[in-house]
Amino acid sequence: MKVAGTIEVHHLTRVEGHGNIRIRVKDGRLREARWEVVETPRFFEALLRGKRYDVAPWITGRICGICSIGHTLASIRAVENAFGFDPPEQTRNLRLLLKHAETLQSHVLHLYFLAAPDFLGVGSVFPLIETHPDAVRRAARLKLLANDLCDLVGGRRMHPTRTVVGGFTLLPKKRELAGFRERLIAALPDLSATVDLFRSFPVPDFSRETEFVSLLGDGGYPFIGGRLVSSDGVIRPESGYLEMTNERVVAHSTAKWCRLSRESFAVGPLARVNNNFSFLLPEAKVLAESLGLSPVRHNPFLAHAARLAECLHVTLESVALIDGLLSTDFGEPRRTVTPREGKGVAAVEVPRGILYHAYEFDRDGRIVMADCVIPTGQNHGNIQADLESLAREMAAEGKQDAEIERLAQMLVRAYDPCISCSVH
Amino acid sequence: MAAGGTKSWLGAPLLRPRVAFFELTSCGGCQLQVLNHEGTLLDFLSLVEVTDFREAMTERSHEYDIAFVEGCVSRSDEVARLRQIRRNARTLVALGSCACFGGVPRMKNRFPDPGLLAREIYGEYPMATETVRALDEIVPVDLKVHGCPFPKEELEKVVLHIALGKAIETPRHPICFECKANGNVCLFDLGELCLGPVTRGGCSAWCPGNRFGCWGCRGPADDANLDSLRAIAKEHGFSGEDLADRLECFGGFTPREAPEPSPRRKSRKRGTR
Repeated sequence: MKVAGTIEVHHLTRVEGHGNIRIRVKDGRLREARWEVVETPRFFEALLRGKRYDVAPWITGRICGICSIGHTLASIRAVENAFGFDPPEQTRNLRLLLKHAETLQSHVLHLYFLAAPDFLGVGSVFPLIETHPDAVRRAARLKLLANDLCDLVGGRRMHPTRTVVGGFTLLPKKRELAGFRERLIAALPDLSATVDLFRSFPVPDFSRETEFVSLLGDGGYPFIGGRLVSSDGVIRPESGYLEMTNERVVAHSTAKWCRLSRESFAVGPLARVNNNFSFLLPEAKVLAESLGLSPVRHNPFLAHAARLAECLHVTLESVALIDGLLSTDFGEPRRTVTPREGKGVAAVEVPRGILYHAYEFDRDGRIVMADCVIPTGQNHGNIQADLESLAREMAAEGKQDAEIERLAQMLVRAYDPCISCSVH
Repeated sequence: MAAGGTKSWLGAPLLRPRVAFFELTSCGGCQLQVLNHEGTLLDFLSLVEVTDFREAMTERSHEYDIAFVEGCVSRSDEVARLRQIRRNARTLVALGSCACFGGVPRMKNRFPDPGLLAREIYGEYPMATETVRALDEIVPVDLKVHGCPFPKEELEKVVLHIALGKAIETPRHPICFECKANGNVCLFDLGELCLGPVTRGGCSAWCPGNRFGCWGCRGPADDANLDSLRAIAKEHGFSGEDLADRLECFGGFTPREAPEPSPRRKSRKRGTR
């Protein structure tokens, strides 16, 4: 063990994409703490220019392999908003069901594959196959269920094939939907065992007062569209996303950073639970509170508790959505949407936080301007501020380098950053 | 990493190749796909020894037999990383469309000056970026797993065949064959544009099977007849522009620049394990 005072983590592991952590401590004082984003940009907004509207959802899904469904749905909603198309209830419910399946898949992946190894003192989920076979099999079962549901509704778990402007190319068979109702209910014991596992992990004691941004619930826990809210009291319409994000380019980062009322803000599961706790289903509320998450809480490590509460919420709500879909006769899968000149904005809560897509079209429906603001991009500034604060506290307490490095990495992972996505 | 003990085939223990996963300019989806297909994930992992997989594990190693590389090359540091990976690996596998032919990011190459593009997006802090290239435009590639995404079964087959020492064959026929065999209604007859007639098969007509026209993410089939596709598309009311727009999306049908000369690979003996 040593206190040399220099911590360098080149290409942090167990996160999507490339980022570095640099911390320098001298005589118990923090000299520098830096979260660097070094991912290569792909220039998606420019790639889309001149392309037809139907290219947008298909191609912007490729911004991110992990939340491709979220990107696809945000893109579709932005296009439909621009063309003045309001999808019917059947389409809205199927999209929400698909969204929920992605949320469950992504949260389970994060909790078991990316976060849990830190708490169990191993470098990855792989050694757990030997030491915690039940937990790994449970993770695989939950992930499989969520992914299978994505396949059923979206056609494919990654880069979905059935989701198009106007609706779906094909609808799931009711018999198959009914099968998933049973599988979702049968998964509840697995979820509860997941909660027990995480309840056994100590939550690091660290807090920093933070502004939280999310969709604003309107009768339900919000996922697709609606007004935007910040815990500092800012409320904007969906179309006012630019005033909510204030993107700027910073040195040492290939992703743009954001701010609102303060120097930084946070989005993601913790922000959603903090801002919309009252709209969680009662079972998810009880679960959140039992994990120490009674809003508003400013400990970024409580994001894991928020993910667990959301897993339960989306599972139960998926059952209700399937019940609703089974009780009605299916209408046409897809409606015709007529392109027109104009601008459309969409805000969708994806696993890592609120995602915005905005497009401007010419009268042939070709893209004149595209803009995507990514959850992890909005979080980078807050990760930086948390990292500084955490490192400063630990340095003052005279902590060893290894301990500071371990907790700094866990802090960044708690945001479940999707770095390629944030750079796009 | 050890998982599930050693497998055997006809009583003889299987060679467990040491494999590593890397990503260059990409969406991370190919590596996520490696962790998908949960029903066979543990069996899949028992066939190999994963020595480097940054998105999933903290341990790192330069010791590996097979390198799976996701993503294309779009910055000079990636050229250096790729060359290093090539030097370390016995077998280099291009994983997914970005690695095979540039993928969606290759659309950037239609803008003549990447630097100008970077200034436009990043303003006063223009970011380093270069023309997008596929892996085999920089180093020799041994195997290609096509698709955005590729079906996990395809990757499982590649790994299994390596473990068994069996030959690996890439499908040469177009998707259209598979689509017909699956009994799907032709997308053209449903009023949709489809690149199935010219795109390399192997995905079991994943998109057309979901009533969504093919976008050519697996690149051209051997002997792809583009003129014939143009005629079919025209017959169904799609303009040359519609077709060109779609052919451009995943980079497989985009003409390549001449590959730069690569240093010749040294032949080397199989090292001790």
